[in-house]
This record gives sequence, C-alpha cells and structure tokens, in this order.
Amino acid sequence: MTATTADTSHNLSQAQLQAAFYDLNEHDHPEGGSTMLGFWMYLMSDCLIFAMLFAAFGVLGGNFAAGPGPKDLFDLKLVAVNTAMLLFSSITYGIAMIAMEKNQKGATQIWLLITAVFGAAFLSIELFEFHHMIAEGATPMRSAFLTAFFSLVGTHGLHVTFGLIWLFTLVAQVGTKGLIPANKRRLMCLSLFWHFLDVIWIGVFTFVYLMGML
Amino acid sequence: MEAVDHSHWSPLLGRLWWDALPQEPIVLATFVVVALGGAALVAGLTYFKLWGYLWKEWFTSVDHKKIGVMYMILGLIMFLRGFADAVMMRIQQSIAFNGNDGYLTAHHYDQVFTAHGVIMIFFVAMPFVTGLMNYVVPLQIGARDVSFPFLNNFSFWMTTAGAVLVMASLFIGEFAQTGWLAYPPLSNLAYSPWVGVDYYIWALQIAGVGTLLSGVNLIATIVKLRAPGMAMMRMPIFTWTALCTNVLIVAAFPVLTAVMAMLSVDRYLGFNFFSNDFGGSPMMYVNLIWIWGHPEVYILILPLFGVFSEVTATFCGKRLFGYSSMVYATLVITILSYLVWLHHFFTMGSGASVNSFFGITTMVISIPTGAKLFNWLFTMYRGRIRFELPMMWTVAFMMTFTIGGMTGVLLAVPPADFVLHNSLFLIAHFHNVIIGGVLFGIFAAINFWWPKAFGFKLNQFWGKVSFWLWVPGFWFAFMPLYILGLMGVTRRMRVFDDPSLQPFFIVAAFGALMIAGGIGAMLVQFAVSIWKREELKDETGDPWNGRTLEWSTSSPPPEYNFAFTPIVHDIDAWDDMKRCGVERPTSGFRPIHMPKSTGAGIILAGISTALGFAMIWYIWWLAAVSFLGIIGYAIFHTFNYKRDYHIPVETVEATEAERTRQLAAVGA
Repeated sequence: MTATTADTSHNLSQAQLQAAFYDLNEHDHPEGGSTMLGFWMYLMSDCLIFAMLFAAFGVLGGNFAAGPGPKDLFDLKLVAVNTAMLLFSSITYGIAMIAMEKNQKGATQIWLLITAVFGAAFLSIELFEFHHMIAEGATPMRSAFLTAFFSLVGTHGLHVTFGLIWLFTLVAQVGTKGLIPANKRRLMCLSLFWHFLDVIWIGVFTFVYLMGML
Repeated sequence: MEAVDHSHWSPLLGRLWWDALPQEPIVLATFVVVALGGAALVAGLTYFKLWGYLWKEWFTSVDHKKIGVMYMILGLIMFLRGFADAVMMRIQQSIAFNGNDGYLTAHHYDQVFTAHGVIMIFFVAMPFVTGLMNYVVPLQIGARDVSFPFLNNFSFWMTTAGAVLVMASLFIGEFAQTGWLAYPPLSNLAYSPWVGVDYYIWALQIAGVGTLLSGVNLIATIVKLRAPGMAMMRMPIFTWTALCTNVLIVAAFPVLTAVMAMLSVDRYLGFNFFSNDFGGSPMMYVNLIWIWGHPEVYILILPLFGVFSEVTATFCGKRLFGYSSMVYATLVITILSYLVWLHHFFTMGSGASVNSFFGITTMVISIPTGAKLFNWLFTMYRGRIRFELPMMWTVAFMMTFTIGGMTGVLLAVPPADFVLHNSLFLIAHFHNVIIGGVLFGIFAAINFWWPKAFGFKLNQFWGKVSFWLWVPGFWFAFMPLYILGLMGVTRRMRVFDDPSLQPFFIVAAFGALMIAGGIGAMLVQFAVSIWKREELKDETGDPWNGRTLEWSTSSPPPEYNFAFTPIVHDIDAWDDMKRCGVERPTSGFRPIHMPKSTGAGIILAGISTALGFAMIWYIWWLAAVSFLGIIGYAIFHTFNYKRDYHIPVETVEATEAERTRQLAAVGA
C-alpha cells in the first residue's frame, strides 16, 4: 500500500530507489507475445458473426414461404461425406502441427497440402449441393428459410476458402523461410482458425441438417 | 421524393452518371467551397513540400501517439460536418411553420438527419474515443506501443476510409434517407433504390473492420503489455474503462458486421432476411442492430467515465474515492449493457413480461452509474479542487449527465415509453447523455492531455469562452425538445402544422447558435494556443501534478515513451514515485526495440475505399479488381518479415540528455 512504500523509501539510497522503480536491465520483448491472445479474440468475434447467422436461421428457419423445406432438399448421406472431409482435414492439420513441432519442414508442407485436398473436397461437395438445390429452384431468394440456409452455410464455405488461400500462402512461406518462429506462429493461428471452422461445422451439421430432417 | 430516374447503368461506370453530381443549390455551393478548400490545401502542402513529411512521419507511422492524434483530427473534422447538419435541421425546424416549407426539400432533409446521426456516432464519437485510448493507454500502463502496431495504423485508415465514403456521398449521389440505423423495409431496395443506403452499408462495414481490429489490439495491449507490478487492480481507471470498452467493441461490432452483411445480400442479391414477403422479418433487423447498438452507447461513454475519474483525482489532489467500486461499477455496466437492447422498441409488441424484464434491467444500470457519480463527488469532498478547464468540463458533465440519466430512467418505464417513443423527448434524452457525457468528456480530455501530446497547455481564456457558450447553449438547444416531446412532437419532422410549437424551436435554434459559438471559440483556442505555444510551454512533462505514468515522461513523449520501463508498486504509480522521491535515471541506457513504419495500412485502406465505391455504384469490374488487389496486397505484405528495428543507444542518450536539460531549466 501507499503508506508503506513511501515510509520505507526513506531508508533507501537513490540507486536502490531507481532499481525499485525502473526496470534497468530490460531485454527485448519476444516478438509475437500477444499474437495468440489477439488471434483468439479475433476468432471469438468471428464466432459472433456465426452466432448471428445461427440466430437468423433460428428465427427464419421455418419460414418456407410455400417453398421447399429441409426434407425436400437435404441429402444426409452427402452431408455425412462432406462432414467427414472436413473432420479428416482437421486430423491432417493436427499431424502437420506435430511435424512442425519436430521441425520437419517437408513433412509439415506435405500434411498441409493433404489438408488442402480435404478442404477442397469439402468445398466441392458443398458447391455441388448448392448447385443441385439452385437447379431445383431452391434459390436463396425463394424463401427466408433458404436465405438463412445459404447465408450460414455459404459464410462457412467462404471461411474455408480463405483458409485455403492462407494455407497455400503458408506452404510457400515455410518453403522460402523455413520453420522460423514467425512461421510457426502463423501456422498456429491457421490451426486455430481451421479447427474453429470444424467446430462451427458441427453446429451447422447438427442444427441445420440433422434437426432439419427430424 | 423527387421523380428522378436513376436507372442508367454502363459497364464502365456502373450507375455513376451525370445525375450523380450535386443538383440542390445548397449542396452545389458546399461542393464548390469544399473543392476550392481542398485544392488550396493540396496546393499548400505541395508548395511547402510537406507530402513527404506527412507520408513518412504520420501516414505510415505505427507510433500509437501519432495514430491517436490522427484519430482526434479525423474526429474533429467530421464533428464540424456533423454539426453543420445539426444547424441545418435546427434552422429548418424553426422556420417551417404556417405553410412555410422551409429551405430543405424532403429528399435533402432526410439525408441530413441520417448523415448527422451516422457521422456523430461512427465518425466523431468513435474516432475521438479510439484516439484517446490509443494515445493514453500505452503511456498509462508504461508500454512502448500497442501489441500490434501495424494493425493500429491499418485500423485508423479503415476508419478514415469509411469517413471518406460518407463525405463522398454528399457530392456524388446521395446518402441514405432512412434514419441512422436504416431499418428495413425502408432500407430495402424497393423503397431505397438508389445509392444512399449502399453508401451507408459500405462506410460502416469498412470502418467497422478498423474498429474491431483496434478493439482486439487494445485488449491485447492492456492484458499483455502492462509495466511490471501493475496488477489489474493497480491499473489507472481510464485504462480499466478502456479495457471494458474494447471488450464491448469486440463483442458487439461483429453483430453490426453480420446485420449489415444481411442487409446487403437483401439489397444486392434479392435475399429475404428482412423483406416483407417470402418469410423475411424486418423486426429481426431491429433486434439485431440494437444488440450491437446498445453496447455501442456504453462503448462511447465508458472511456469518458475514465477521463472524469482521472481528471477528478488529479484536480482534487487526492486519490480517487472508491477505486475498486469504480472498477466493479464499470464491469457491471459492461455486462448489463447486453441485457437492455429491447428498450429501444418496447412498442414492438413483445408483451408485458418481456417489456418488464428489459425495463427493469435498464433501470438497474442506473445503480452502478449512480455509484460512479458518488465516487466523483466524494473525491471532490474535502479535496483541494483546482478549477482548471478539464475540471470545469467534469463538473458540467456531472450536472448535465445526471439529468440525462434520469430522463433515461423515465423512458425505461414501458408505459411511459409508449407515449414517448420516437418523440423529441427521446432526442433530448440521448443528446443529454451523449453531449453531456461523451462530448464534455472529450473536451475535458483534450484540455487535460493536450500538454502531454504537444508540450504546451491550451489557452485558458478561449477555453472558458467556449465552455460558457457550450454548456448553456446545450440547455437552450435541448430543454425545448424535452417539452415538445412531452407534448407529442415526433422526431425527424420537416414541417409543422401547429404554430404554437414554433417558439420552442426558435429557442432550440438559439441554443444551436450558442453551441456554434462554443465550437468557434474552441477552434480559436487551438489556434491561439499553437500561436503562443512558447508562452504556454510546459517542460516538466507533468503540468497538472498528475498521478499516472503518462505524466512521468517528457511532453511530447519520445518515440519509445519510456527509456526505462517503470515498475509499479501502487495505484497512481507516478504519484507514488514522486512521494518516494525517485529520481529519473540519467545513465545506463540501452538500445530500444521498436516496430517499423509501413505504408501497408494506408494502401490497403485505399483499395478498400475503391472496393466500397465500386460496390455502391455497381462498377463490377472495379469491385473485382480491388477485391483481388486487397487479397493480393495483404499476402504480399505477409512476406515482409522485417518489421522491427532498434533505436540506437546514442539516440536514446541524446534524447534523454535533452530531457535532463529541460528539467534542470525548470528546476525540477
């Protein structure tokens, strides 16, 4: 407390006081010390965007406007395959991170690229599903339910697309600079992002597809 | 609405055509004046060869102090624009009686009240608040910069990009005519077919990116970069309120982003989130936007509560009364701000129980707020009060804000709200708290920290002139609106039928005139102070006998803020150091590790402005090119790994020797 600091300070020499009140032997702060915290906060803010889209789906999900509903449109087997693609991509990303921890540059790159293949497969299947629905006349303009559906699932798909662009960028950067601390930090951020998209997808799969088919 | 056909579209220019240029004489005249002024500014900067200096020292700087100052300048410029809108409304409403149509067409008037609200919240209050936090927080916690210095520069330029789009709408096309929150169905394509709402959407989306990133940045800074010894419960109150505000920003702005995105897909692609048919729900928009909107008002006011706390403690010469209760009150307000949004539309018809819940939560917020007021009063009680300008603004705030808070509690009673909803009573209430709280706080803060930022105090005479015009001016301008609102006059009216209302509007216009005088006096105050900066010079770095760490370094602080990071043992760390008699170390300096300037922020924000403009005007090729440009440039930027450097020890020694000389000269 105040009184104590001020009182005891009388007995101290100026050099002792300075040592008590100033960090005289400061070293450089390690770079990127705030990155993980900052990225987590960004992810939580992104999570809120999905929360809004889920909320909109919750409000509008039953408004078919005399158009098609989930049972007319969803093919659960296809969605199951799709979900498997995304979950596999999370496993392979995990393996890439293990390789990174062991400083195996080549293995990290290869597992990242395998992750990208699964991610691309997920996107392709999703686009196929969208195409199929639109061809049947179930466009996002057809009803509020379809608006909410396409927006929620499509926003997730856009995130995966950006994740892929990011992933290829990192493969190139690991290639040119190696597994330096800055690149490890970046791989860690993308890892968080990639698994986060998985978690969101579990929500989509459950609330949109499974509960829609009940 | 005038019957102008805006259906022209060409591949090269999209919807942009001759009809986008100013048609109304008032806008045309403003355009000419602004264009001439802008040309003069550009010519002057070129003549004095200042572009290189501005680019190197300011635009590309990642120094939190310079970015803070740039935010304040942005806020000030936009404040003049927003106030011009206010004066136009006051004049229109004071003459549009007895069949007189006033001087503004409906199309123009509706843009004016929309632009006034949007600008004052997003491009005045937000830049002011963000600028203050940027400038002060790292200094208060003994840090050398924020956690992500490049992101900070990028955030500023994204906010500016949004402001540029809003300003462009004045001369190219139109702004929204929907009111500041753009409720559908009015903001849907069917009822707002031209570019107004699109300007609104893209300005807010682009500025919103900046706001969100700056929120993330400042939270990380406060959590990670505090000086050794500064436990959470030793943080200065301003830093506490900044932390809570940034938590609110990160937890609220994504909601705005999402709801704006939903509105844009409705408008651009014909989706049905908020349409009247195909199962859309306009009321969902109202709910979602207020889930952002209510926390937003606390985002604005909390940092100013922090300012008042710092000012009161400093100018009463004693520690703030009830530090921990102040912290807890801030935290309680932070949480409660998410539980009250529905009070903005009690009239929606959610039923008595829902309305009661939100009415009660709203009233509960007045408890922590009241606790804060008592803390400030008890700090003043038996303090040695120095009525310098910051303290004067603080006292004016306490009296004004309390009234505004109480009318807010009146509005929180659902049955009363059914009478007062969307009336001028509401307008008077929120101006009472925003002007009396946010704006007075910003004025207190500017007068308080100006000497820190520039090394000289502000002129007191013109400051007092401004104060005495502003505060009574505020009451003249808004008391009549309370009365009119109680009599049932609704907001956003352009003409009136009942001549007995006119005297109230004339009084309100008189108040606006006084405020105009107050703003003028403030600009004179800045000019005179800069002119006479030698006389007003402060070389101690601590002109007010301050209590927190920002006053322990020189004014203006060196680029690295602190040659040695201070170690904190108590609340009010600098006051503690002064009482212990610690002398500043004058030897043993080391090179200091700092982030490098970069042009990436302004370039990315520039391309984003082009993207927004292209989307607004349906110039699809430009939208595609600029979108790819943003992605491409961002990736290119990530290949730059050399983002830091060391300030050589000789530079630190020279800077600190100059500081030693300054302090010796003033005998400190």
